[in-house]
Amino acid sequence: MREINVQEVAERVKDLCIAANLELGADVLKAFDRAIAQEESPVARDILEQLKENARIAREERIPICQDTGLAVVFVELGQEVRLLGGDLNEAIHKGVRQGYQEGYLRKSACHPFSRMNTGDNTPAIIHLEMVPGEQMKLIVAPKGGGSENMSRVEMLTPSVGIEGIKDYVVERVRASGSNPCPPTIVGVGIGGTFEQAALIAKKALLRPVGSRNPDSELAVMEDDLLDRINQLGIGPQGLGGRTTSLAVHINLMPCHIASLPLAVNIQCHVHRHKEVTL
Amino acid sequence: MTEPMRLTPPLNDNDLENLKIGDRILISGILYTGRDAAHKRMVDLLDRGGELPFDIRGQVIYYVGPSPPRPGLPIGAAGPTTSYRMDAYSPRLMQQGLKGMIGKGMRSREVIEAMEQYHCVYMAAVGGAGALLSKCIKKAEVIAYEDLGPEAVRRLEVENFPAIVVNDVRGNDLYEEGAKRYRR
Repeated sequence: MREINVQEVAERVKDLCIAANLELGADVLKAFDRAIAQEESPVARDILEQLKENARIAREERIPICQDTGLAVVFVELGQEVRLLGGDLNEAIHKGVRQGYQEGYLRKSACHPFSRMNTGDNTPAIIHLEMVPGEQMKLIVAPKGGGSENMSRVEMLTPSVGIEGIKDYVVERVRASGSNPCPPTIVGVGIGGTFEQAALIAKKALLRPVGSRNPDSELAVMEDDLLDRINQLGIGPQGLGGRTTSLAVHINLMPCHIASLPLAVNIQCHVHRHKEVTL
Repeated sequence: MTEPMRLTPPLNDNDLENLKIGDRILISGILYTGRDAAHKRMVDLLDRGGELPFDIRGQVIYYVGPSPPRPGLPIGAAGPTTSYRMDAYSPRLMQQGLKGMIGKGMRSREVIEAMEQYHCVYMAAVGGAGALLSKCIKKAEVIAYEDLGPEAVRRLEVENFPAIVVNDVRGNDLYEEGAKRYRR
């Protein structure tokens, strides 16, 4: 049995909130470079260069990459051999978020759905806790902006539509989203499970490094095909026209009910933020 | 790409006549900020016969909810938010004399028609480039609705703030034209 104090969790969550919002991942920066090399539109190339410059300023001058520093989505993989000390784990995560958003000069974007009154400290965090074997604890903080989340959907398809129906739905979702989610985007796709599980595995699919190959060869081919079709839409960076509408499509799949074909499309803007630590 | 045009609000109908979709603009001078909650409050106020918190005639509203400034800086990250959420309110503000809007993303048919009717343009700034755009903002002052936090109405002083014309006063739409050009 290994012991971890939840106050350490709070500290780490705080640091991850700040790092995620200031330091864009190397995988996304490399994807920008690949896009610049392939892009036909001069306006699109100019925008992609600006996104690189923006990331540099954010990292060096400690200004958030984007003013929408997101709701704090926190994935916890908790080893079942770990014993937590020092209080309530959920409360510790909220505390880490509260402190991170305050000390990091990050925007507080959480509000009541009716009154729209800001909660003032960006809590509650959105916490996904999963028990795993072992005696380690992994924390992933993935701040999620509103603009791209608003373009995301869950659809309960009829099984008869098959793979082609799934692909058509994903491409149509990206087309209809147009310039709204800040393209170039990363498209997370969750296929199967239940209504809520499809959404969760779509979000988790986003966490895979951009440019990595899906370990399932059938899904890898499907991702390539979807990315081709999406980048033929012409929407381009910021929707102003171009070849780079999305940087990647990431698919997660699991079995579903014999009556169902759940499909979730979670759209992620180019400010693709996630930082993790293992305790 | 051609050289950008320079604009300083307040804008008049002549300024707007010359603008067409795809024009790159550098704005210097004053921009007012407002997004979801501030728009709702302003339009509720007009509905009750009240006056807006600033003289909107000829002005440009920038849809932004900035992050808090670090000590010594005027503002934090300050890129555009998605504009369609303001569609329900924008025609009402154009009636009052609003001449420009800066955001990102598509506007509704009704808003594009209102832009033709009342003479107003919609411009896009680069979404997700909040750190870069903050460099063009020299001063920021909350002038109304402080309780809304990031959504408060601010008066910004900007220098060479870059934007691109998406909808002009003739009902054209750069998002449609741009995508059409590169669609396969």
